[in-house]
Amino acid sequence: MTVLEQRGAYRPSPPPAWQPRMDPAPLLPDAEPYRVLGTEAAGEADPDLLRRLHAQLVRGRRYNTQATALTKQGRLAVYPSSTGQEACEVAAALALEERDWLFPSYRDTLAVVARGVDPVAALTLLRGDWHHGYDPHEHRVAPLSTPLATQLPHAVGLAHAARLKGDDVVALAMVGDGGTSEGDFHEALNFAAVWQAPVVFLVQNNGFAISVPLAKQTAAPSLAHKAVGYGMPGRLVDGNDAAAVHEVLADAVRHARAGGGPTLVEAVTYRIDAHTNADDATRYRGDAEIEAWRAHDPVQLLERELTGRGLLDEAAIEAARQDAEEMAADLRERMNRDPEPHPMDLFDHVYAGTTSQLREQRALLRAELEAEHERHGEPEGGAR
Amino acid sequence: MTTVAVKPATMAQALTRAMRDAMAADPTVHVLGEDVGTLGGVFRVTDGLAKEFGEDRCTDTPLAEAGILGTAVGMAMYGLRPVVEMQFDAFAYPALEQLISHVSRMRNRTRGRVPLPITVRVPYGGGIGGVEHHSDSSEAYYMATPGLHVLTPATVADAYGMLRQAIASDDPVVFLEPKRLYWSKDTWNPEQPTEVEPVGRAVVRRPGTSATLLTYGPSLPVCLEAAEAARAEGWDLEVLDLRSLVPFDDETVCAAVRRTGRAVVVHESTGFGGPGGEIAARVTERCFHHLEAPVLRVAGFDIPYPPPMLERHHLPGVDRVLDAVARLQWEAEG
Repeated sequence: MTVLEQRGAYRPSPPPAWQPRMDPAPLLPDAEPYRVLGTEAAGEADPDLLRRLHAQLVRGRRYNTQATALTKQGRLAVYPSSTGQEACEVAAALALEERDWLFPSYRDTLAVVARGVDPVAALTLLRGDWHHGYDPHEHRVAPLSTPLATQLPHAVGLAHAARLKGDDVVALAMVGDGGTSEGDFHEALNFAAVWQAPVVFLVQNNGFAISVPLAKQTAAPSLAHKAVGYGMPGRLVDGNDAAAVHEVLADAVRHARAGGGPTLVEAVTYRIDAHTNADDATRYRGDAEIEAWRAHDPVQLLERELTGRGLLDEAAIEAARQDAEEMAADLRERMNRDPEPHPMDLFDHVYAGTTSQLREQRALLRAELEAEHERHGEPEGGAR
Repeated sequence: MTTVAVKPATMAQALTRAMRDAMAADPTVHVLGEDVGTLGGVFRVTDGLAKEFGEDRCTDTPLAEAGILGTAVGMAMYGLRPVVEMQFDAFAYPALEQLISHVSRMRNRTRGRVPLPITVRVPYGGGIGGVEHHSDSSEAYYMATPGLHVLTPATVADAYGMLRQAIASDDPVVFLEPKRLYWSKDTWNPEQPTEVEPVGRAVVRRPGTSATLLTYGPSLPVCLEAAEAARAEGWDLEVLDLRSLVPFDDETVCAAVRRTGRAVVVHESTGFGGPGGEIAARVTERCFHHLEAPVLRVAGFDIPYPPPMLERHHLPGVDRVLDAVARLQWEAEG
């Protein structure tokens, strides 16, 4: 007698019933990017908010042109311009409350400045006198992240920690279309959804990862669709429509703060300038494409809407320009001063304390600096 | 008055107790990783923590090492003190980008404004019959990354004391746990844990006069056994447990080598590009005139970690250590 026979006949039974874990339909993004400007919805938007967005857009555009000019004068090592993307940058900063946190990528200096960080301190990384300039805790802005998408899990962890502590803090993390291909993008979105962390992911789809167009980056219907696979809502928005980006982000922030979990927002925009001043965009795209996007300029879009509705007059536009010029003049003036990075600072803050090895290396550098000083009679950063 | 019976404890139990006591003492200490909650970890090192402190303090995460360490960065930025578990040495590699690009540099980048007090626990090393990707000695990768502390205990008392120190440290610590010593036992009283040497200090485990064996983690018992066996050859070997690879205790190491005039570095990691090269160079630079022979290394071969049925040929054993000691130019003693 076999074992099977001893146990009796095998009777197949159906496996436990499979249930979908949620209805994916409410998570799906709209078929078209959401727009406010030039639509009925613009009439319902808060005029004060629109005027504030406008003033910040004008400032932001000027910041981009000024920073780009500073690279040509050798005052910045590099500047990844966000010209054409100012609506996303500004709306991201304005959609947050004071207590919230912003996690920018290297192209998001503008969002950092719009959040209140000193414009010069925001450029420390790109000037190269240190890796980072401002106190992240002062305005709750993480350092500009250079390795793509690596800042996204940080945002998730911070938001998760805040919730564990009972604080209603939201983190907004910024990334580009190229960054969505990174593993950290996937891991961050997955952790955020599993933990229902109060995070908003803003993907600025500006068409290119340096030279590589979106078609070579993803086969997804849209980047916003990726949200569905994680079990979070995806929103698609016109990234050049500051009112629409602000509305979508503010909704997502409210949703997260109320305990509703994360949202992925794809803002469709365009990088008007090359990747950085070191890039030659003529190698991978034509002028016609750029001109088409210039006709959909975020500053012009909002200005036209506001003047058309009689919410902004020439004097107000002039005032915004004046304010931007003052900001640019201040930036020029302060960036034209030579920074004085101190070589001896290299050994500070490697650890909370120090090590015998670093003490020895510190002494070596100090001796070199003193010898240099004796030869040239110039203090090089001061041998402290 | 009751007397606590001091029973033998395993290294794994001491590690568990260290996390438990740290969590009880400091509500900002959070443990996270794969299977650390309900299961208590694949080695059971987090056993009971989720039950005692709840799943918010000891959290089963999704299976994604970069995500675990990356979210720990954000948690630390918000004032928590995360202790993350990487399930095995070779499974920690997806987290290397977070470790190298952010964890090790955030303090320096922000000039001390954003310290990251994160402990990354990594069970490492071979000798447990693990199949591929379960036996790597990855310490050299971590040592080559400025900004990290790299600690590895070799005794039960150190497992407790050093893990407490790692969790209390305001610097990120890669805490390498020699997995084949998880079940090693020693008399140890969890109610009155012995004080251990501070972070960054090496300790002489066996005094000796003929030569110094410089070792750490899983190779410490091998060296102690070799030292016993060496007595038959007339060698009185000193055994030094490095404990901390970063910061490195040049002072204690050099004092020992100057006493004996001979040194062998012993570790499982590969010899080429492994920690032994750095250690031998440091000793030679600092103790050249005291040396009677070149500093030798006994290390794993420069091969991908072998399959379990062959690993005994790869791992430094007593005989290989003794062979190296024999090559320390004793003929000159004449």
